[in-house]
Amino acid sequence: MGKTFINGIGCVSAQDTVNGFPSEFIIDPSTNYLEIVKPDYKDYFSPIASRRMAKGVKNGIVASTVAMKEAGNESPDAIITGTGMGCIEDSDKFLKAIIDNKEEFLTPTSFIQSTHNTVASTIAINLGCKAYNFTYVNGAVSFESALYDAKLQLDADEAHSVLIGGVEEMTEYTKSLFKLAGFIKPDDSGPHNILEADTKATVFSEGATFFMLEDERKDSTYAEILDVEIVNKLTPEEAAEHAEAFIRRNNLTLHEIDAVVLGYNGDSEFDGYFKAVAKNFDFAPQMYYKHVSGEYNTASAFGLYVGANILKSQQIPSDLKANDESRPAYRNMLLYNQYRGLDHSFTLISV
Amino acid sequence: MEALKQELKEKIIAVLNLEDITPADIANDAPLFGEGLSLDSIDALELIVLLDKDYGIKLTDPKEGKAIFQSIDTMADYVTTHRTK
Repeated sequence: MGKTFINGIGCVSAQDTVNGFPSEFIIDPSTNYLEIVKPDYKDYFSPIASRRMAKGVKNGIVASTVAMKEAGNESPDAIITGTGMGCIEDSDKFLKAIIDNKEEFLTPTSFIQSTHNTVASTIAINLGCKAYNFTYVNGAVSFESALYDAKLQLDADEAHSVLIGGVEEMTEYTKSLFKLAGFIKPDDSGPHNILEADTKATVFSEGATFFMLEDERKDSTYAEILDVEIVNKLTPEEAAEHAEAFIRRNNLTLHEIDAVVLGYNGDSEFDGYFKAVAKNFDFAPQMYYKHVSGEYNTASAFGLYVGANILKSQQIPSDLKANDESRPAYRNMLLYNQYRGLDHSFTLISV
Repeated sequence: MEALKQELKEKIIAVLNLEDITPADIANDAPLFGEGLSLDSIDALELIVLLDKDYGIKLTDPKEGKAIFQSIDTMADYVTTHRTK
């Protein structure tokens, strides 16, 4: 059975991540929305080429380009993306045009670009890649679904390299709806404590994180993906039990887990899930990341970016520490995420 | 006519989202497709909708577009003679 190594990573986020893993993070507890640090897009495509790209597509192209370049592989055997909301910017534009123009004068560009698979297909077109191309739209496990598919293909020797990514974009209109729905914390309600939340809803953002997965270890290798599991619905107690069973199924004991990356997002209504899982690992260093990445359906891809970088560098940035534990070396790492009590994902990575 | 040409350039830049291009960058006689701005068939559809929406011109034969969208000069000539609004 083949193995799965992360050999290249590209990330566009609310942090300066395009040029590598930051040594310091931008932390702003006062806001309910983290703006991304925009890359210099001209370094990746011409203005003419970008004229039809919404920001999610642009960020996806940048992140995937960086990941492939780092792995030294621009010919993946498959391109698989995950996105919860897809290309919402062009969906907004198209639907607004229908209303504004009374269903007349509909232009093709925003319609064409509004489909969820726009990012994966644009990457493939740019590469001239006619291989397997798939996009998962499964809420907050969209990225893990892509990861799961890639791992199955690498395990089964059906592919030797798979480019995977999680992409999300936000628009002003969707942001306003999310505030109305109580998904984003109200304006001017900060400062927000993501780790010890005392209010409902979350601090949102957007981003694109891509990984070049290959079946062989290289100099550029960050970590090996040992396993990934997705569960739609659990209680906090079941999530904790599930994490234990997941680790044991991979022939590890709880004490062999050297670090845990948790998706705390500052939502007091659902924080109990992370606390329940964390309780069983009080001996291990614990990390959180959504205070620097914000919440979005594929924020867990940022979590994997954090975890993989920590395993490679063997250093945990102080800004990401959720407790005071430390280890002389970090070998095995568990990542757990959920969103609003649903879409639970468990990912196990190793050096 | 010069005002219309300027207006067309501004509309094309806005509709096609041509970042970093100003009306001054588009010569009146420069080809819009292939060379010049390197527009393609999807852009042509956007321009057909632009003529319909802003000037009341309905292009029933898409082949007409090739001659009309040759340059800003040819577009302006066609709009001047066929506009209904």
